[in-house]
Amino acid sequence: MTVTSTPPETGRRPAAAPIANSLTAGRLPKGASWTILGSVLVVSAVLFGAIALTTGEFNWVGAIVVGAVLYVPAIWLFSSIVEGRRRAKDRLVTALVTGAFLLAMIPLISVTITVLSLGLARFDADFFTMSMRNVTGEGGGALHAIIGTLLMTGTAAIISIPIGLMTSIYLVEYGRGKIARGIRFLVDVMTGIPSIVAGLFAYALFAIFFGPGVRLGIAGAVALAVLMIPVVVRSSEEMLRLVPNELREASLALGVPKWLTIVKVVLPTSIAGITTGIMLAIARVIGETAPLLIAAGFTQSMNYNMFEGRMQSLPVFVYTQYANQGNPAEAYLDRAWAGALTLILIVMALNLIARLVARYFAPKFGR
Amino acid sequence: MSTAPAPIKAKLRLGDLVFSRSALFAGSMILVTLAAVAIFLIVQSIPALFATNEDASILTTNFWDYVGPLVFGTIWAAALALLMAVPVSIGIALFISHYAPRRLASVLGYIVDLLAAVPSVVFGLWGIGVLAPAVVPVYAWLNEYLGWIPLFSGDASATGRTILTAAVVLAVMVLPIMTAICREVFLQTPVLHEEAALALGATRWEMIRIAVLPFGRPGIISASVLGLGRALGETMAVAMVLSASHVISFELLTSVNPTTIAANIALSFPEAYALNVNVLIATGLILFIVTFAVNAIARWIVDRRKEFSGAN
Amino acid sequence: MSKRIEVRDLNVYYSKFLAVEGVTLEIEPRSVTAFIGPSGCGKSTFLRTLNRMHEVIPGARVEGEVLIDGNNLYDPDVDPVLVRRQVGMVFQRPNPFPTMSIRENVIAGVKLNNSKISKSDADDLVERSLRGANLWNEVKDRLDRPGSGLSGGQQQRLCIARAIAVSPEVILMDEPCSALDPISTLAIEDLIEELKQQYTIVIVTHNMQQASRVSDKTAFFNIAGTGKPGKLIEYDETTTIFSNPSVQATEDYVSGRFG
Repeated sequence: MTVTSTPPETGRRPAAAPIANSLTAGRLPKGASWTILGSVLVVSAVLFGAIALTTGEFNWVGAIVVGAVLYVPAIWLFSSIVEGRRRAKDRLVTALVTGAFLLAMIPLISVTITVLSLGLARFDADFFTMSMRNVTGEGGGALHAIIGTLLMTGTAAIISIPIGLMTSIYLVEYGRGKIARGIRFLVDVMTGIPSIVAGLFAYALFAIFFGPGVRLGIAGAVALAVLMIPVVVRSSEEMLRLVPNELREASLALGVPKWLTIVKVVLPTSIAGITTGIMLAIARVIGETAPLLIAAGFTQSMNYNMFEGRMQSLPVFVYTQYANQGNPAEAYLDRAWAGALTLILIVMALNLIARLVARYFAPKFGR
Repeated sequence: MSTAPAPIKAKLRLGDLVFSRSALFAGSMILVTLAAVAIFLIVQSIPALFATNEDASILTTNFWDYVGPLVFGTIWAAALALLMAVPVSIGIALFISHYAPRRLASVLGYIVDLLAAVPSVVFGLWGIGVLAPAVVPVYAWLNEYLGWIPLFSGDASATGRTILTAAVVLAVMVLPIMTAICREVFLQTPVLHEEAALALGATRWEMIRIAVLPFGRPGIISASVLGLGRALGETMAVAMVLSASHVISFELLTSVNPTTIAANIALSFPEAYALNVNVLIATGLILFIVTFAVNAIARWIVDRRKEFSGAN
Repeated sequence: MSKRIEVRDLNVYYSKFLAVEGVTLEIEPRSVTAFIGPSGCGKSTFLRTLNRMHEVIPGARVEGEVLIDGNNLYDPDVDPVLVRRQVGMVFQRPNPFPTMSIRENVIAGVKLNNSKISKSDADDLVERSLRGANLWNEVKDRLDRPGSGLSGGQQQRLCIARAIAVSPEVILMDEPCSALDPISTLAIEDLIEELKQQYTIVIVTHNMQQASRVSDKTAFFNIAGTGKPGKLIEYDETTTIFSNPSVQATEDYVSGRFG
């Protein structure tokens, strides 16, 4: 391993080295990539330090980003000198691929930090116990929005779970030939409906019965159901297909009718997976803003009636607080961020519970 | 036995009959819903298609002049987003499937999926509050030194709320779904192919180029098209981040930006009245048709390689 | 209790494909009949037509008659569900219901049909069936544990207990030992010997020693080539089939010269 000392020497040493070392020849020393990363960061910091002398402010985010970007050509350069073209390219790709992952982490971390730091300002008791009725400026809360979100998402779930589940049962247990293929295709089409189009549909539907300009909680629920049904169908279908055919046959061979086989054997076996899918579907629609903005509108007051008057929801609350800032603007923005934090916590909780259900309640097949 | 035998006839039990019929009924509800979506949108759109500025105050001349820039903006923003999201998501997927330690792979995948759990309105807030201010100096720099490239010409926006920023937010939002599909496909690469490449003395990158990428190409394509579908229909993030004008412009950094159909509906609908509502619904219909076409293409690609369909 | 099975001119199809052609045979009550033959010769397919499990596969059809005590199973107004309660089945791989305990698995056939059964009757049935399947002593202390926690051989006996709990007349076994180790196989073979006292048993097996050990009569199925239908070649007393078969193909097969 004498070759793996410092780069400049490798050019001369191989001649004297034992033959066995031909297998290890021309490699960058172990910590080299970290050393290079450190050096380019220092270079970048010096660069930004020079800029800071003129502007008076050190941009540490810029320094890290520029440093990371500089690392890519640097590692390629050193590696191609020492290790040759092919390894250099390999290292280049490794750097790029790792960089892609780190790049994706930036928005995730940034969103988390921002929502936490700005959202906690109004994450208080008032926020969860008061509506915005007669509130201008500071104070007020999102109770009306939380209630609205629960009502509308709940109704959407009540509409879409039976339809979605029965459709997936049809596709897996009964569907053959053209009809099943057609339905499966339409489910795929429905998956692609933009959420705002679902909102327009719900609006158009209810405008026929209630006249133009209608905004109702139930319309919002219908819009969400349109978005939720295909997700439920897809995930349930996948789960039902995982149930081994032998279980169905075992039940049928006992003289159990097909529908009881489905209800008592197939569904209990896949219920954990189906529950997970449904919770993820709820998590997905609970954050929808656009369809509710169109179909259910927004309001400052409590509304428990799905069939009368506008209904606020948490995502729309966040949007309206931001979009219609009053005086002081700070109070409105604080409420928007607190709403965002609440929303993210709800979605995260749903995701987490869904995954726990999948992990702990799935039946163990004995093979 | 010259005649084809008749299928087995069985007495149907009542329970079976009721159950299978209700399953079929639920399935047909999907058909009914989709038909209803299409019909209601079309019915409400028809008055708008021939409207002029005399009928609907939202129009300046006629409907098609109104919708033109919106269609351009929708496709332009989605294309920009995809341009950024495709290479990054392939990179992330490769990192998770072939670079990160196997034990970490599922955890890292879960972390990327967390991005999908952030509601679009939160991304919108983040786009205005954090991203837009952060990119202002970058845009100024690009504008100053690369302004000779038409994309970066014009006057750099002082708020950062440009189409490029909106596209970055869109890219972040479509990343998780695209990464998930690519990752799934990359993980399905036959180990034999990978080992064959390695046994030839290939480096890790060469192995990926020889074995993984060719195998995963249909998956990458369908992931991109699905991502495109998502980006086309995404509403709130664009509506909040973009400082919109009604123009066709390729300049990325100015404060005069084309807007998207979805964002335009979200912003204009709450105050719309009379025929303006129909105009907006008609733009929604156009969006529906565009995304329908995009998704149909994606489905077609996926169906040609059935084994990847489990990824979504 | 047990019944006689008569099959007349039975053709079995998967959609257009004729899988088994022209089978005619009679199975005596309270006997063990073994079906042997090379892979793909249609013996399992034929077995599944005896309790109308065949039609669970989409596109499956049959022609001809299967009579159980003179009643044709394939009459238009026959309910396949009722057929299956009279003709039970044990599958190749043990398949206890993973969501149910051992006890629930045994009474599954009764419970799943929504029948009411009192606790004491259920306890009786569980004990009787498990004793019938030679499993009682091994599991009596853990009846509430999941059935999938048992060993492969125990699981298969649990499946047999489940099948006999609905008190069928006939039990069909589709290679019941092919997924089991030799000791478990022996336990199942002993069990078949006992079950014969009460039930008519039809067993498909790849293992010719097993056929000669457990069965009274043996049917040899063969196939002329890929894509051709399987046929019943010879059906006789087991001793005759294995010692002095009348068809050359049977002798070749049982003596291990092909297949």
